Amino acid sequence: MDIHFNHGDVTPEERQAVDCILGEPESGWRGGPRNADRDGHAALGEGGAGARRHLLLPVLHAVQARMGWITPSALNYACQRLGLPPAEAYGVASFYGLFSVSPRPLRVLHICDDIACLTQGAEELCARVEQALGPPGSATVDGQATWYRSACLGMCERAPAALLSVSGERPYEKVLAPASAAMVSKALAADAIDAAGEPPDHFDAAVSVPQTSLPAASNLMLLRRMGSADAESIDDYRAQGGYEALRRALLLGRGWVTQEVAAARLVGRGGAAFPSAKKWDPANQPHYLVCNADESEPGTFKDRVVMEGDPFSVVEAMTIAGYTTGCEKGYLYLRGEYPLAGERLAHAISAARARGFLGDNVMGRGARFDIEIRRGAGAYICGEETALFNSIEGFRGEPRNKPPFPTQVGLFGKPTVVNNIETLINVLLIVREGGERYASIGTHGSAGPKLFCLSGHVARPGVYEVPFGATVRDLIELAGGVAGTGRLQAVLLGGAAGAFVSPAQLDTPVTFEGTRSIGASVGSAVVMLFDDSVDLRKIILRIAAFFRDESCGQCVPCRVGTVRQEELLQRLARGRPLGSVETELGMLKEIGQAMRDASICGLGQTASSAVESALRRWPLFESPASGDQKGARDE
Amino acid sequence: MRRGARLYVVDPRRTSSARWADVWLGLDVGSDIALANAMAREIIAAGLENRRFIENATSAFEGYRESVESYTLARGEKITGVPAEVIREFAHAYARADRAQLCWTLGITEHHNAVDNVLALINLALLTGHVGRYGSGVNPLRGQNNVQGGGDMGALPDRLPGFQHVENDELRAKFERAWGAKIPPKRGWHLSGMFHAMEEGDLQALYVIGENPLHSEADQNRAERLLKGLECLVVQDVLLTPTAEMADVVLPAAAGWCETDGTVTSSERRVQRVRKAMDPPAGARNDMAILSDLAQRLGHGWGQPSAEEVWNEVRLLSPMHGGMSYARLEALGGIQWPCYDESHPGELFLHGRLWQEPVVGPRAQFSVVEFDPPVDALDEDFPLRLTTGRHLESFNTGVQTARYSSPLRAPEMLALSPEDGARYGVSDGERVRVSSRRGSAEAPVRLDDSLRPGLAFLSMHFPDQVATNLLTIDATDPKSGTAEFKATAIRVEKLRAPDAMASRV
Repeated sequence: MDIHFNHGDVTPEERQAVDCILGEPESGWRGGPRNADRDGHAALGEGGAGARRHLLLPVLHAVQARMGWITPSALNYACQRLGLPPAEAYGVASFYGLFSVSPRPLRVLHICDDIACLTQGAEELCARVEQALGPPGSATVDGQATWYRSACLGMCERAPAALLSVSGERPYEKVLAPASAAMVSKALAADAIDAAGEPPDHFDAAVSVPQTSLPAASNLMLLRRMGSADAESIDDYRAQGGYEALRRALLLGRGWVTQEVAAARLVGRGGAAFPSAKKWDPANQPHYLVCNADESEPGTFKDRVVMEGDPFSVVEAMTIAGYTTGCEKGYLYLRGEYPLAGERLAHAISAARARGFLGDNVMGRGARFDIEIRRGAGAYICGEETALFNSIEGFRGEPRNKPPFPTQVGLFGKPTVVNNIETLINVLLIVREGGERYASIGTHGSAGPKLFCLSGHVARPGVYEVPFGATVRDLIELAGGVAGTGRLQAVLLGGAAGAFVSPAQLDTPVTFEGTRSIGASVGSAVVMLFDDSVDLRKIILRIAAFFRDESCGQCVPCRVGTVRQEELLQRLARGRPLGSVETELGMLKEIGQAMRDASICGLGQTASSAVESALRRWPLFESPASGDQKGARDE
Repeated sequence: MRRGARLYVVDPRRTSSARWADVWLGLDVGSDIALANAMAREIIAAGLENRRFIENATSAFEGYRESVESYTLARGEKITGVPAEVIREFAHAYARADRAQLCWTLGITEHHNAVDNVLALINLALLTGHVGRYGSGVNPLRGQNNVQGGGDMGALPDRLPGFQHVENDELRAKFERAWGAKIPPKRGWHLSGMFHAMEEGDLQALYVIGENPLHSEADQNRAERLLKGLECLVVQDVLLTPTAEMADVVLPAAAGWCETDGTVTSSERRVQRVRKAMDPPAGARNDMAILSDLAQRLGHGWGQPSAEEVWNEVRLLSPMHGGMSYARLEALGGIQWPCYDESHPGELFLHGRLWQEPVVGPRAQFSVVEFDPPVDALDEDFPLRLTTGRHLESFNTGVQTARYSSPLRAPEMLALSPEDGARYGVSDGERVRVSSRRGSAEAPVRLDDSLRPGLAFLSMHFPDQVATNLLTIDATDPKSGTAEFKATAIRVEKLRAPDAMASRV
């Protein structure tokens, strides 16, 4: 693949897939029929080369959905249309996990074998599927289908999970969760291939938000509409208080909202806990609002549940944020593996537009704001805000150096406000209740209500809302206690980039200050339980493999460090250390330190966090003579 | 293109640069002045000219304004073929830009009216004030690392080192004093002038250093005849070029970039050191040593000066190089002239004086230039316009590149538009006879959709395969001496099968 256009003939299907995003070509130079009279003396129309590069990712999605993979001839045609060198576009296509640049069957199943699903039999599921269909990636059902192992699909409350992706004339995607070997075989079976009208994905609040069936459900603030309002009805949403916050914000003005958000002491819920009022500072003159819905941290699914169960709240909150900060355009960057959330949000946006709640005159108050959804394509790194900008702009999703920060130089080089889903829906509460009242919820250092993702060996996995201040034990009890053997071995707090804590630390409040005191973090609010039947070595190996796979490869410390970390753990797991176990563990620390010190972004900086925390607490790899591997060091 | 910069490419062919540009203007070959004048008229009509700059720093604007008045957008479109709307867009974008540069190469200069073409572009820069400021300017891009340095050092028929005019008595006297020798008081011939002098019998001996005129001159039949007619031909080169093969004496030279010490000067006027890294092959010597020996035989004892000693002489005689000691060149990683003394940092851009109010020194003058079509006119017998140029992977006549393989290099082929291919009934690889009013050559055809009907293209990289310059015209620009390589009228005839067979043998 070089910088020239290769003249592989584009098929009508490929052309159609690309044109459905870009429209008909306006000149022969951009993929239209050659017309020497019209095109002989100038290239007209479609802007300059690369001017519509930001449509590359949607185009690749369209090609993948139609053809099952990114064919060279389609890529070529897309490049002609966009005025991009094919090598550049190939670099983008090959960056994303959901795209294939080599031939692939139309029907593909991704089976999650990440840590939450591992506790729920993902390994056994993969083994049975492999027995029936052959190893991952091998074509099955007459070459019409295949399956792959996948990193966390964000369906942890319904583990083990699988995502079915069907390309062709009527492409669709569907989540199978909890998945069984029988469901997998049926989904990939020959007779399913032409089956039109697959049953739509569903959202069951009772499963994903178990609190809705608890007596205390009426105390819920962020999740109060879950299951009681029809997620596809704007009237239902309004009947339950929807759009009151936007009306109030428009009435009281942007200055008031800014002031209340500051008074609320709201900090970002995406993991970094940055004060939202600073991002919303009008002095930055922001141009774009970006909602980061690229929730990909293993064990995290709260944003998905909000988008699936209460999509209008996301739209309303973005509208308030756009109005308050003066942004007229909002992008919602949605994780590629969330088909139902995508459908529901798209529906909510068009319904809001139809009612005049989005558009040139929001609620008749003269404010202008609209939202565009951009789908990711399977890249954990795109949750990093600057990588996300690059992804929207049509580049490889590689993080940028900071500074400059997004508030100064963000999307398309303009000052940008970027918030995640949970942060934004808190704004609805702040506008409704007022900043001070909101700040009185929770603890001094951590204001407001908080969503947690309980998964693993817990009786009722799901998203839970509690005021900040609840301890790990409170959360486990709320979720019905430890499941599996009933004997808790370890809890992963904050996700793969977080830290393991031992049962002795369950009384730690899961607040910013509380977790810091035990060397952990709130992170993306993952609380994943492992009973004493789990081999923690397998868990940290899976985490190391995850980071190795998801490192974007841009900076050396992370690209090399994540590989070295995994290799080292593999050697220890096989009982074949280079030198002694002690020298290996010393090396592991050095690798972690180098990644923390020198990586461009948070991925590399936290890639050793969970692994190192586990090895600090449990002597997982020390020689059998030195004692029981499962005996926790600090117990 | 990065950081919001916009690229407009003006080229008869849709080149690879044009593909990545914001806008491509595919003008007809030789219509550059019509395009520039139409842009100028549009800029003036829209009130986008830089009045303050024009009044402060330029002269002869009124005459210029009147001269472009007839170049309406419609006339511009008629002459250039570029849609009026596109010319208008380009004119407005150029005039409105904070910073804009006009960069060009041989498409502007290889015409019979080369200097007029350049003046037309300078007019645009003066009209909009895109000159003498950071990021703006007019910029002829050089094809080699040291084209600029060659001119700077006086390898021009009318200049001494530092662009000091040879016909200026005071300047000439300075050099005569330093060199202890008389310098001819009149300018010499440029290349085309030399060939003309050979034709007239005024030039009988030629000393060629690092050039392959047998293949690089337009109208190759004539070039060969004239070179053969010389009494004495001396060629000094790193390689045995076809011209060297004709020579009476060949002086094998060392390569300039790794086998000798010295300096080169880039397009941005930056003088940089080059250092000897290895010894030349046996028998090859550096140019300076050869010239010093030659001087010795001719009765001038120059000794064997080092590169630095020669450079220090340049600094003494050329004021704009005065402050560039070897030590400073090394410490600063090169210096952009002018650099008058050792406290001078060099200049990032030229002509900043034009922005001082009132202007310091002479005003910049607008020039009246008119569209003048290529000399080799199209007619029924020669209906196709051939233009010549380069491919990325090859260099000029191939002396330096043809000996090495490149995965990108294809044999020489006559590029035709697919429409003309159909018209002449030829497909890719079929051989044709290409004829101009001066000669003809055979070539295989390559159908190239970057060409429009009526336009053909050949490079000059492979004179052994297709002697392109048998076809080209030696109509030269009287001011610069450059031949009109870019515009030849040709005819294409498909070879009948037996001919094709014969030509393969």
